[in-house]
Amino acid sequence: MLGAPQGTYARVRDGFRAYRMIAGMWIRSTMAYRASFVMTTFGNFAATGLDFVAVLLMFSRVDRLGGYSLPEVAFLYGISATSFGITDLVVGSMDRLGRRVRDGTLDTLLVRPVPVLAQVAADRFALRRLGRVTQGLLVLAYAISVLDIDWTPLRLLMVPLMLLCGAAIFAAVFVAGGAFQFIAQDASEVQNSFTYGGTTLLQYPPTVFAKDLVRGVTFVLPLAFVNWLPGLYVLGRPYPLDLPTWIAFTPPLIAAGCCALAGLVWRAGLRSYRSTGS
Amino acid sequence: METGLMADPVRDPVDDFIELDGVEKVFDVRKKTGFLRSERRQVRAVDSLSFTVARGEMVGYIGPNGAGKSTTIKMLTGILTPSAGRVRVAGIDPSRERTRLAQRIGVVFGQRTTLWWDLPLIDSYRLMHRMYRIPDARYRENLDRCVELLDLEALLDVPVRQLSLGQRMRGDIGAALLHDPEVLYLDEPTIGLDVISKAKVRSFLRDLNAERGTTVLLTTHDLTDIEQLCRRVMVIDHGRLMYDGPLTGLHEVGESERTLVVDLERELPPIEVDSARVVKVEGPRQWLAFPAAASAAELVARIAAEFPLVDLSVREPDIEAVISRMYAEKALS
Repeated sequence: MLGAPQGTYARVRDGFRAYRMIAGMWIRSTMAYRASFVMTTFGNFAATGLDFVAVLLMFSRVDRLGGYSLPEVAFLYGISATSFGITDLVVGSMDRLGRRVRDGTLDTLLVRPVPVLAQVAADRFALRRLGRVTQGLLVLAYAISVLDIDWTPLRLLMVPLMLLCGAAIFAAVFVAGGAFQFIAQDASEVQNSFTYGGTTLLQYPPTVFAKDLVRGVTFVLPLAFVNWLPGLYVLGRPYPLDLPTWIAFTPPLIAAGCCALAGLVWRAGLRSYRSTGS
Repeated sequence: METGLMADPVRDPVDDFIELDGVEKVFDVRKKTGFLRSERRQVRAVDSLSFTVARGEMVGYIGPNGAGKSTTIKMLTGILTPSAGRVRVAGIDPSRERTRLAQRIGVVFGQRTTLWWDLPLIDSYRLMHRMYRIPDARYRENLDRCVELLDLEALLDVPVRQLSLGQRMRGDIGAALLHDPEVLYLDEPTIGLDVISKAKVRSFLRDLNAERGTTVLLTTHDLTDIEQLCRRVMVIDHGRLMYDGPLTGLHEVGESERTLVVDLERELPPIEVDSARVVKVEGPRQWLAFPAAASAAELVARIAAEFPLVDLSVREPDIEAVISRMYAEKALS
């Protein structure tokens, strides 16, 4: 029925197909309890929105944060929260992998004819995570409406580009972190510090952090490409590190590179699991 | 004990549906000996294992805990990659083409469900339908069959987590068979089930094998499973194949005895016959042990001719005892 060993393209396509099927089933089952869905989504919205309330509280005391005005910080926050929200919605279940390895239920995924990554990522697909996306989008809309910027087509185009590339970069961190759980089953906390911690970091302007930290998230774990580098171009602000302007347009490349790398790490993790069984 | 895998050129290669040749699986086990220090130790879970299973066979795979049964199944399904040796299932190398092989095999893990825990059973089945790309007509047909024979009708709309162990097991077996697998692996399919559920599962498996010719490999603790289902038994211990042959042969290997229980008209002194000895007397009932290989009919005829016989029954030997005796013999030699 199927031909020789599958190529990467076929595997990716099968993965997306499987993902849609499994996520679709969870959505249907969520929708069977609409009231509960509305409540939990609102809960997610409110809980994640507290981050922005914290920003507002700070601005009730100061006019500027690291030299940035409220609309500017709101812009960075909106991009970070929305792209992270999309990732959390799509692959947020990755952190359950360690538990699956521990209790052995991962084996049941390995005997099905679809990629394991798709099954793990789509497992218990939680539509309530739209709450985070919604609050991020609201803050972003507020920022765009009050920012005093000349909205050229290029600047406008940068917004959806940042959201997409940002989501892809975060997703790569989720997948690579998930792969690490094949080896260390309690690694989900480490992963969380990079993902949830990363998005919180990016919600503030880079000028409030030490240069070494900014270097770290630029050159080591390229989270700065989610919103800082492209975002500061849109805001017309200088980056704290001495980098050429064209760097602001590299997020698609960085995102593609991160995803490819995460794919390799995932495969290595899965291979290691299959040779050790734990 | 050798299985004679390589030395049989007459055998039709198509027949060897499952093939293992010199398969090994070595695990690195780390043991913490200090705060950061740990000791590495290699554990040989499966050691130079070779056997073949023909299409349509139903084989019992038994052995004590930690003998390597589950590790073998995991290598056959492609979950684990063997450290050495060759595995083929339907001509496919499981570890290299795991997802392709998955279309053709069914797996039931006794202690872990392959169903989606929080969703109604029917949702899992619908997802299997699409995931395995099962043609609609065939899916309907197989589903109806499973629902009828495994008695699933009332369970279809119940979330899997609310099912009892026996119900869930039946649901799992159904899920493993919707895509018409050519081989079904069952890892402890009757563990923790009540007597009725066990009987249901067994009769379903027997029919499946007889009617569809599905190859079945099952590991179990419950030797009644094997007695009722499998003509061929493989015994594994410490990762090595200790015995491969018919169940009756296992008795011979262990030099076991069967027991004839006779009810006499009245209390009598212990019966004296050749080739059997009385092991227990309780009123008019007597227990006689005789070699498992000997004919029970002859013995019964002889007793009936000389003693006032009312009723009788023959008890098969406890295979567990046979196996443990076999291990003991192996250890001595």
